[in-house]
Amino acid sequence: MTPAPSPGDVLPSLTVPITRTLIVAGAIASRDYQDVHHDAEAARAKGAPDIFMNILTTNGLVGRYITDRLGPGAVLRKVAIRLGVPNYPGDTLLLTGTINSICADERHAEDVDRLSEDALRLLAEVAVVGTNSLGRHVTGTVVVALPTAQPPLRESP
Amino acid sequence: MRDDLHDLLKTYEGRPVAVSGRGPDPVNSPMIRHWCEAMGDTDPAYTGPDPVAPPTMLQAWTLAGLGGPGGAQVRPGPYRELMALLEAAGCTAIVATDCEQEYLRPLRPGDVITFDSVIASVSPRKTTRLGTGHFVTTRTEIRANGELAGTHLFRFLKYAPAGRAGDRPARPRPVINRDNAGFWEGVAARELLIQRCDACGRPRFPWLPGCGDCGSPDWTAVPASGAGTVFSYVVMHHPPFPAFEPPYAVGLIELAEGVRMISNIVGVEPERVRVGMPVVLEFVRVDDDLVLPLFRPADEGAV
Ligand SMILES: [Zn+2]
Repeated sequence: MTPAPSPGDVLPSLTVPITRTLIVAGAIASRDYQDVHHDAEAARAKGAPDIFMNILTTNGLVGRYITDRLGPGAVLRKVAIRLGVPNYPGDTLLLTGTINSICADERHAEDVDRLSEDALRLLAEVAVVGTNSLGRHVTGTVVVALPTAQPPLRESP
Repeated sequence: MRDDLHDLLKTYEGRPVAVSGRGPDPVNSPMIRHWCEAMGDTDPAYTGPDPVAPPTMLQAWTLAGLGGPGGAQVRPGPYRELMALLEAAGCTAIVATDCEQEYLRPLRPGDVITFDSVIASVSPRKTTRLGTGHFVTTRTEIRANGELAGTHLFRFLKYAPAGRAGDRPARPRPVINRDNAGFWEGVAARELLIQRCDACGRPRFPWLPGCGDCGSPDWTAVPASGAGTVFSYVVMHHPPFPAFEPPYAVGLIELAEGVRMISNIVGVEPERVRVGMPVVLEFVRVDDDLVLPLFRPADEGAV
């Protein structure tokens, strides 16, 4: 398990190739059928050069990035994002994160009933930035409950 | 400048987008799996015998998809009215800009999703890199089996796309048919042709197959002198249409030959156009493929 992070820590980045498949699969998985996310001709008619990623997919990728880096067992509490330049097919999204602060989790553990009462005791606020070749695609803040209990040691084979 | 449209748009603040909306499907493992596959998310919390949904799926559970039954978004109501007002104002494009979600309780397969959503705010007219429009913010509370599970603030820009250089939408093309082809042939030859009835001599415009007075189908095309006066006019400020930059004057011009035609009055500030103003014809190339007969004030010295 990752050691508990401290404010100022920089999380390892995540590189996501922006394929046409990812854009379309993300849009459909999020039930977003706006044509600009799957129909290049319709996107061009609306002034975009190609289809582009929907905000729900960006949101999902930001969530995945944080739990990938701070999990397993990390639980998202808040995700707030703002979009900048679009994610077009063929580009690459580079997600980076910096721990803003760590504080005690005041929420009772009963709403995370699958985990023991003190399994989630710390909240981290993480600043996230995602850039592509056009500039900043997303900036945001994520609050995530961190697992503090150590997992049982796994025996090496 | 007063933003009359915004005054109207603001009256929608606090009004509902959806009341007791219902997610089309309960939280379910297949949709969770599709989401995780798309996102490349392998967090073990989202799989196995007792999965939770990725919290960032919150909004997805509320969406109507292709608009089948349960599509709260397509129901008539204030939200649809607001969107129609924005569309009518030329704000035909939409782009999501902000999403702020708080997750209060995990969602598990079987949870029935209900939600209430309100129009939280509508911004004044803003000009952005994409175009000019209004930011609309909605606030949604999502419940699982009646219990508050999350909140969702969503902001989007509904806008009129900015014409990029050389990419401005073209003016509408004339519809040319058998009955008016002669008029457009005249325009191509820089002549403003009107029809004159062969039977009774009455001039007519726009072009029609028969005489409105005597019914004769026989006519002759005659060139108009190009002199006229403003019989009536309007100055278009709003709503904006692609290819037309407001304000601009649309005039009903009475030609010296006695017929009237609608055209633009150019070469003068729109607010200085007056009824009775003498105008003259000018052929203007408005783009690569289109020349139009427009009018400008006859007495240049007066403007
Ligand atoms: Zn006649």
